[in-house]
Amino acid sequence: MNLLTDPEMLLLLGGIGGLLTLSSLIGWALGLRVREDPARLVIANLNARIRSWWVMTAVFVAALATGGIGSVMLFALTSFIALREFITLTPTHRADHRTLFWAFFVFAPVQYLLVGIGWYGLFAIFIPVYAFLFIPLRSALAGDTEDFLARTAKIQWGLMIAIYCVSHAPALLMLEIPGYQEEGAKLLLYLIIVVQLSDVLQYVFGKTLGKHRIVPRLSPNKTWEGTVGGIATATLVGTLLWWVTPFTPWAAAVIALLICLTGFAGGLVMSAIKRDRGVKDFGTLIEGHGGILDRIDSLCFAAPVFFHVVRYFYT
Amino acid sequence: MNAAPVAARLLAGLTRLITGVRARWAGAAPTTAQRVYFANHSSHLDTLVIWASLPAPIRARTRPVAAADYWDRPGLRRWLACQVLNALLVERAGGCGSREALRRIDESLAAGDSLILFPEGTRGDGTTVGELKPGLYFVARQRPTVELVPVYLQDLSRILPKGEVLPVPLLGSATFGAPLALAPGEDRHVFLQRARAALISLGARG
Repeated sequence: MNLLTDPEMLLLLGGIGGLLTLSSLIGWALGLRVREDPARLVIANLNARIRSWWVMTAVFVAALATGGIGSVMLFALTSFIALREFITLTPTHRADHRTLFWAFFVFAPVQYLLVGIGWYGLFAIFIPVYAFLFIPLRSALAGDTEDFLARTAKIQWGLMIAIYCVSHAPALLMLEIPGYQEEGAKLLLYLIIVVQLSDVLQYVFGKTLGKHRIVPRLSPNKTWEGTVGGIATATLVGTLLWWVTPFTPWAAAVIALLICLTGFAGGLVMSAIKRDRGVKDFGTLIEGHGGILDRIDSLCFAAPVFFHVVRYFYT
Repeated sequence: MNAAPVAARLLAGLTRLITGVRARWAGAAPTTAQRVYFANHSSHLDTLVIWASLPAPIRARTRPVAAADYWDRPGLRRWLACQVLNALLVERAGGCGSREALRRIDESLAAGDSLILFPEGTRGDGTTVGELKPGLYFVARQRPTVELVPVYLQDLSRILPKGEVLPVPLLGSATFGAPLALAPGEDRHVFLQRARAALISLGARG
């Protein structure tokens, strides 16, 4: 599919561009109006987030425009950095050094190679079977048994979240959907739009209406008002975008809701990990957002579920 | 054409890419004032990381103090050490306190260079900061105008531990603390303990 000749794709991209322009204008207007100190910081962070959204959108669209290979490489790089952030925060032992080397330089690239060549059978089991069995073996060979189970689990979970789960997003490109050939890029864009819009809208509703916290000990920013408002609105947008997908409007509504709910679960779990490690963000790479893993936490949970729903019902 | 400046920029960029290190200036602003940066030591990357995380104009006048037995080997290592890093190679047979090494360090400071120093003398396992060798005290006494800046290096022993050749690309950090100076009449051991405590407290800031 050529990105620049597909009218549906152009409409989607135009919509995203319009939304970003609108956000920038609102952020700029708020910056002029708000003068008090604590609120000013929130607005400054909001504007930093919007600036980062422009950059992230540009990078993502450029990758989509190259066709499959660019998207796979972009997600591979994203995964690599996410794993880097995850393992940095996770205490590992000296004896795990070579195991980690395997994780970064063998398992991560091979998983994306499998996505690139479209070998579904091995893609689906490579990390949860072969990598998961190899990791404890390699650490055992290093001879340090202190905290062995915990160390093994941490590296496995890092691979699971940062590599395996994320790789299901570009894997959408390998699905062959009858009547929807060569249009996988739109499905990938659809997933990203719904999952990220759900995050953004939960943030917007939370900041404006949020009162009752869902899990106060875990995340002060996740409120019932924000979550319900954000998920409902993002589901509505996902439903209204049914025409870019192979779904009927009703199916699109159910699937969009599923994306939002799994995305919310991802955000909650990743927050729990951050609280456990005593940090606010996974990193500092993306201005206003934190690390890469802070931006893709919801995608980590939503991508594999979305992938399997589409694969089961539509191929 | 001289390849060394190009190699220096490449090496600094590559070091920052692999280790993810950004300098965190907590107590000392980056200036071209004459300084001795002293840091905890746990990885072969340490020297490179401090050197690479300094802004380029400061980096150009800062020389790492490095062990001659490791760096002064024919070929790439010596070229890197002498031409690219502009390292001050010293024999560590008698530790940092050996007279010849101190004389070379003092000479370099007299010439106006800033230095990077690892006063533990050897690499530790990255979990604790070892006792500091007296070299730092002699520098503080001889050159009271030179600022002694503690630098805490975190997670570098996880990126490239002692005895490993291949790095794992985690995100390290280099925290630059407030400069120390020798108090009038301060005892050697008291000063060295204070310098060590400064490193440890920078590490505890996280």
